[in-house]
Amino acid sequence: GVMVDVTSLYVVNKSGGLIYHRDFGGGKRMDTNDALRVASIWHSLHAISVQLSPVPGCEGIELLEADTFDLHCFQAPTGTKFFALAPPGTPQMPQFLRTVYEIYADYALKNPFYEVEMPIRCQLFDDNLESARRRT
Amino acid sequence: GGRRARAAGGMVCYNFYVFNREGACLHYAEWERPKPVQDGAGTLEDDHKMMFGLTFSLKNFCTALDPTGSEKANLGAPIPIGTGCHFRSFKTNTYALNYLETPTGIKLILNTSKGTGSLQEAMWVIYRDIFCEFVVKNPLYTPGAPFESPQFTARLDQFVKSL
Repeated sequence: GVMVDVTSLYVVNKSGGLIYHRDFGGGKRMDTNDALRVASIWHSLHAISVQLSPVPGCEGIELLEADTFDLHCFQAPTGTKFFALAPPGTPQMPQFLRTVYEIYADYALKNPFYEVEMPIRCQLFDDNLESARRRT
Repeated sequence: GGRRARAAGGMVCYNFYVFNREGACLHYAEWERPKPVQDGAGTLEDDHKMMFGLTFSLKNFCTALDPTGSEKANLGAPIPIGTGCHFRSFKTNTYALNYLETPTGIKLILNTSKGTGSLQEAMWVIYRDIFCEFVVKNPLYTPGAPFESPQFTARLDQFVKSL
């Protein structure tokens, strides 16, 4: 199948700390410090969007549309956020983020050596993420 | 009763803000707000400050992430008015925030129910045909100052019901 046109992926723990970041090309060069700040800022903006909701039951931003990119965000019930940048109008990004969540559950959470809320350093997570992106 | 904005197409308009470039709220309109401001920011004043802060930060955030922009991400750098990558809207599970920043730094924000389609054109109509027409062109209006105008309000109400 055709590859998922994702530019970059971030996983943020429930405190706003970056636990995973990957650039897939087509976006801005982002070093570790930049990625940490992006994650932390997004965490805050996401929370503020809930405060400002004119309707009760808001769980935060799911899609941010800018001139040159879209940002899609999925928040797991635990508060962990998975967000990705993609070209405007890229289809099936919510499904892709749910797939990433499943990969996180299977290859990070179920890894006995992985400590929750800490940076994800699991080769199987990386490999399965890449497969999901390539739709293989 | 009250000032509701339920469009024929089913879209609901909740509330509307106009800010100047310094962050002062020039106008606030509310049609429905099922979650009272007391449960959010606390006071209307804090709500306005928070809304300006959010949109200001989102604009900086988008400019820093812009894949077509300069090489290095530059979070926190000042962005001249009228430049940068603009965010246009965001959707949550309960509402959509639609945003327009004009070249002079006037910011318009319209919160609606989640519909399909972009409201960017509608935001331009509000700016050009309602704000500019009934506020800016009013000889009694001081540019950059807060305003209340029955004609503006009437036209805005009429327009949002047509969406």
